[in-house]
Amino acid sequence: MTGMQRPSDLETRRQHLQFLTDEQLKQRFWRLAEEIVRPLYDMAYTHTSPSIERSVLLRMGFSSLEAAAVVSAAEKRHLLGKGAGHLVLKYAELSGRGTGYLEAGRSLARGEDWDVLKAALGGEGT
Amino acid sequence: MSGTSQKDAGRPEEELSTGYHRLDPGQKMDIGQILRDLEHYRPRRTGWTWRKRVPHQKTGPFEYRDTSVPLKRSVPLPASKYFGGIDPQPDCVITTEIASGRFEDDIRRMRMAAWHGADHMMVIRTAGQSHIDSLLEGTPEGVGGVPITRKQLRATRKALDLIEDEVGRPINLHSYVSGVAGPEMAVLFAEEGVNGAHQDPQYNVLYRNVNMVRSFVDAAAAKKIMAHAGMLQIDGAHNASATAREAWRVMPELLVQHALNTAYSRMVGMSASMIALSSVPPTAPPAPAMYSDLPYAVTVRWLFSGFKFRAQQNTRYIESDTREATVTHALNLVLSALTSADVQSTITPDEGRNVPWHYNNLAAVDTAKQTLLGLDGIKDMVALRQDGPLPTMIRELAERAVLFLEEVKEKGYFQAVAEGMFVDSGLYPERNGDGIRRDPEGGVGAGSVVERDRDYMAPVCHHFGYNNLPEGLSRPCQLIGGCTLCSPEKIVFVAELDPEDNVEHRYAAVEKELNRGLVRPEIQWANDGHLTLTMFIAQPERVAEYAALEIARKLGLEEPEVIHRGIAHPAEGTLVEVKARVPFSVAKDALKIPEKPQVLSEDEIREDLRRHPMKVVCATVGEDEHSVGMREIIDIKHGGIEGFGIKASYLGTSVPIDKVVDAAIEEDADAILISTIISHADIHRKNMERLAKICQEKGVRDRFILVGGGTQVTNDLAVQAGLDAGFGRGTKGIHVASFLVKKRRDL
Repeated sequence: MTGMQRPSDLETRRQHLQFLTDEQLKQRFWRLAEEIVRPLYDMAYTHTSPSIERSVLLRMGFSSLEAAAVVSAAEKRHLLGKGAGHLVLKYAELSGRGTGYLEAGRSLARGEDWDVLKAALGGEGT
Repeated sequence: MSGTSQKDAGRPEEELSTGYHRLDPGQKMDIGQILRDLEHYRPRRTGWTWRKRVPHQKTGPFEYRDTSVPLKRSVPLPASKYFGGIDPQPDCVITTEIASGRFEDDIRRMRMAAWHGADHMMVIRTAGQSHIDSLLEGTPEGVGGVPITRKQLRATRKALDLIEDEVGRPINLHSYVSGVAGPEMAVLFAEEGVNGAHQDPQYNVLYRNVNMVRSFVDAAAAKKIMAHAGMLQIDGAHNASATAREAWRVMPELLVQHALNTAYSRMVGMSASMIALSSVPPTAPPAPAMYSDLPYAVTVRWLFSGFKFRAQQNTRYIESDTREATVTHALNLVLSALTSADVQSTITPDEGRNVPWHYNNLAAVDTAKQTLLGLDGIKDMVALRQDGPLPTMIRELAERAVLFLEEVKEKGYFQAVAEGMFVDSGLYPERNGDGIRRDPEGGVGAGSVVERDRDYMAPVCHHFGYNNLPEGLSRPCQLIGGCTLCSPEKIVFVAELDPEDNVEHRYAAVEKELNRGLVRPEIQWANDGHLTLTMFIAQPERVAEYAALEIARKLGLEEPEVIHRGIAHPAEGTLVEVKARVPFSVAKDALKIPEKPQVLSEDEIREDLRRHPMKVVCATVGEDEHSVGMREIIDIKHGGIEGFGIKASYLGTSVPIDKVVDAAIEEDADAILISTIISHADIHRKNMERLAKICQEKGVRDRFILVGGGTQVTNDLAVQAGLDAGFGRGTKGIHVASFLVKKRRDL
């Protein structure tokens, strides 16, 4: 399937631009660009992704391997919207091991106790 | 003259901060030392560094208008020796793109490039990394680039920290925050002191078929981290002109792509001074390139005033001819000089035929340095015209871009991409229906983005987007006692995952050969054995190609491959370049290397000649009307032998040899100097033999020191011909004067 084909209609299409000064044309250029990306920005603000969540775990001091395991397990259980770092902290609090969040996160990376975590967060288990 | 320039400036204290060792300019870099204790290495800084511009800088005999602080050690341009060995550095950052596939060879290449004037090392990623949905670890070998990993980055940054001390200038390390692991890559780069990165979600969407929702959501998170780390962002718009069938017709779209990524980056919080537009001259000769490239270059710099410019070079029309590529790139540099460039990118002249070889990185960096220095101060004398075609073309281009944006706005960005509005070969608003079309619900990573819940939380700093953190924190990572961006000691270093495919394993084999002093030629990897042969074969193209391959085989070379053919004439002949592998190595210790002649000091020569005056008879001999070489050796104004007090009697050009000898006898000279500049059919050798023979016949051989000179003369050749010494290309008066004085002492 091919995309749209159209001969150049520059002369008719540009009519409304002809009375703009160069500076006004430049302002219009930037206003349009901002208007186009605004909805993308808003979407990014309220959404997250596996890579974003792994980047959070990296910043928390997990290895890339641990981060990948935790995020993939969270994705499977539809818990990514809570934030992977949030999940780790929540589990550390729940497990009450007193060994710190890094140890808790490593348990999650090994696939342990996800049902407990999900139940505590009000989910329905796997 | 060693061909390198070294300044004895004192070393600043901070260069000890690598805490390990210094590079010795006389020694190869020790890869083992770079890898040692790497888990504890921390980069000395984050963020991008610009060159320090020095207006009206006096360097050697000149004043420069557009140069920066010089290097402490460097390799100047070849012609530098005529100007006192100066090596001025242009005021823009100069990039070299590094892609050997092995990081241990990348860093050697970076060291060489830094000595030639590069301070932006752009490390190309291995093919396919953009589709890997996580970070990679270790140091596996790559294809067309290296796998970007923590170990690779840390070792590279450590090597660059040492190299920047060696050359005396900060060096920026750069790679890619793109693909489906962008945010993690950004964190990794911030942690490891990477100074710049490509980041442009449109690149993912159009050229890597990464899902567009994923790409834009990830980009916001990545950009925020890059902004925190002070990384320079380079966008990806130039890829449209590298991809489109007729690159010059996508100019309105290039402006649109720049605008969308820039507006998005600004919204996320990146400062204008950290956003570099990757602008490439869209066309190349034989097109009348300047006539469309210049209006485009001016338009983009006008619309994006206040942002930085990375002047990329044209890759779209590069073929296997390195000469053609170099001329195109020199024209691109003229464009930079006439407009502006904050970062001047370079493309290697061999990019059209293979993954760049290391010496071609140096060629490209030298091309940039040479051209920019040649154009130094041009804007003081030449201005772009405010009348004529230029302003009209700029206005029209800007209007086309605005119209393009209007249509994207009307459809929405995702729909516009879905309909194939981008990378269409029609000059907008014309559409040819051959643009790249992507499904908003398709591509790599489709369906992986989720909405953040009301209680979404991320306890780390510089995290973009909604974050339901508890009240009263001084910073988000207070919750976890510090994140890696605030407390780098929390970074987890993973060394290797693959016991075979890693640097230690790879390097052990190479090191064994190097330690035994075995030498092979190389183009990208240590001792890889590859070389090129250049040959002219007086046959049509196909015959020449197969003859060249057969010649390479008969020379005993392996895997011969024709990498360039240049037609001289359809019947008269073809220039062929062949790449092949040498199946042997040579032992360094077994080489017979003659002693490098020691040159006496100027004072010692002058003192000797003052006490014992010397007379010489000189001539350019045979059928040779060129006198330039001999005059350089004699003339006082060229630092010739007269300057040391030698009385030289120059007989002129095309002088018969017996006349030269007669003149020497008559003048009671101490020496005879003959020169043959243009030499064919071995004339230079025959002339030298004839001089020795005539002197013998006349019984005066012992009375004169006999010296031959010329572009094809070597000392060995002259001595074999019966003379006392020979001097070739690059000889200065002092070399000849020093020899004459020493030889007379020995008589």
